[in-house]
Amino acid sequence: MTSSFLLCAGTIWQREIVRFLRQRSRVIGALGQPVLFWLLLGSGFGRSFRYPGGGEGYLEYFYPGIIAMVVLFTAIFSTFAVVDDRKAHFLQGALAAPAPRAAIALGQTLGGATLALLQGVLLLAAAPLAGVPLTPAAALASALVMGLIGFALTALGLAFAWRIESTQGFHSIMNLLLIPLWLLSGAVFPASGAHPLIGFVMRVNPLTYGVAALRRALYMGAPDAAADLPEAGTSLLVMAAFGLAAFFLAARTAERSEG
Amino acid sequence: MKPDAGPALAVQGVTHRYGERVALRDARFEVERGEIFALLGPNGGGKTTLFRILATLMRPSSGDARVLGRSVRDAPREARRKIGVVFQQPGLDPKLTVLENLIHHGRLHGMRGRRLRAAASELLVRFGLGDREKELVETLSGGLQRRAELAKALLPRPEVLLLDEPGAGLDPGARIDFRDELRRLREETGATVALTTHFIEEADRADRAGVLHEGVLVAIGAPDALKEEVGGEVLTIEARDPERLRPKLEEALSCAVESVGGVLRAGTRGAHAAIPKIAEAFPGEIQSIALGKPTLEDVFIRKTGRRLLDADAALSGAEAKK
Repeated sequence: MTSSFLLCAGTIWQREIVRFLRQRSRVIGALGQPVLFWLLLGSGFGRSFRYPGGGEGYLEYFYPGIIAMVVLFTAIFSTFAVVDDRKAHFLQGALAAPAPRAAIALGQTLGGATLALLQGVLLLAAAPLAGVPLTPAAALASALVMGLIGFALTALGLAFAWRIESTQGFHSIMNLLLIPLWLLSGAVFPASGAHPLIGFVMRVNPLTYGVAALRRALYMGAPDAAADLPEAGTSLLVMAAFGLAAFFLAARTAERSEG
Repeated sequence: MKPDAGPALAVQGVTHRYGERVALRDARFEVERGEIFALLGPNGGGKTTLFRILATLMRPSSGDARVLGRSVRDAPREARRKIGVVFQQPGLDPKLTVLENLIHHGRLHGMRGRRLRAAASELLVRFGLGDREKELVETLSGGLQRRAELAKALLPRPEVLLLDEPGAGLDPGARIDFRDELRRLREETGATVALTTHFIEEADRADRAGVLHEGVLVAIGAPDALKEEVGGEVLTIEARDPERLRPKLEEALSCAVESVGGVLRAGTRGAHAAIPKIAEAFPGEIQSIALGKPTLEDVFIRKTGRRLLDADAALSGAEAKK
């Protein structure tokens, strides 16, 4: 990678972060909604839901899932901005610049991943509320996993955003693909008790491995809590491969995009 | 051909289709280095399509265009190193400051560090934005945003500056300022300027203008030369029954008379001498006669049989029906 490639990626990354921080409604929305969902859904389902074989309450089970959701929503919101950007603003100029398109896509992906990571880390502060015994090492490992999930989901979102003409169009991608990806990742309910077909979909869903890696990272202090999930190594490997594949797809789409 | 020899822009048989609709049909022309070139035409005439092709944002369906010898089709990144682009829609990020916008843009062109910072500040001072560089773009007036936009495009020192409808959304005073700015810029840097416009007077001030109508380049040349083609003077005649009067007038004036939007127009040398003659020859049929110098509007009418504004209106009518 040449230094001008990194310069371009870096400048796009910086812009994503600065823009986000200057739009207070985005900050509040992206953080407030998941906390609200977690409390409402978690305490609502809590009574009727028992994690098979475990004493864990739903609020606790759902906690890693909601972190995954924060990461997902941040990724979605940052890719939303790309759809708008491409139409009218800044990005047109970037596309007419000699910067490699892959560098632009990398900056955008890293931007989304960073924001996802920051918000996920804020949610880590709620771990004691969820009853998760978080150690410093577990927090660090969880942050890394969040960064990885954020990277993969932002890249996946971008691969669509670079092709789609309107935010309305992106809404359907979000509803038909990204949200189901999250719903069927073990974030909301475990694969073990699900219908075989759903269970199969969950096993081939790459995000399942992201959520598993996150659960394992969170419970580093208490490995038994995540016993029937995919192995940590496998999960990280699948997630990294997913991230790379999604990024190559995004970069290729950007390369071919006609402004 | 060596890349650095030859014209600033060479449009070589560019055709572009959006599905069935042909937006641009076999456009061919060149823009010399250091020239200010205007592409005049109604909205929907194909100007923006051509602009986007030259800006390397769209590949033409067929044909090619070269920026200082670099093909927009085969070597878009090479072409991008040579061009500065000012879009019709605001291209600045409203949530960033003026300076931040320029810094990001500079980095995308491989500029960095103190030199980038200095170049950006210098340009902003030159455009009268020196004391506004730390302000968010969204707080600036439309005219100032335009200037910031131009400063941004000029930062990497492009050899060819492409502008899409730079006059749109500006009041006449600001339009004149902007035009003077482009002229000064050309004098100082020798850059080539190519712009699209639907304002007659903007095209009039260019060194050369091309007239684009329904995707076809119908005329190209220096504005004065184009007007000369129409004839020395233009008579505009309002008549009770224009269609009946038209052939009679053609005979009396021995030149072509066009009926445009219910008004008869004739471009001819010595038209002033013909006024008393036709006023006497057709008593009661003529409501008014006006004498004027031809404008690029007359050129447009001569070439297309329509008025520029009507062509605009016809299109927006069609769009509205859709």
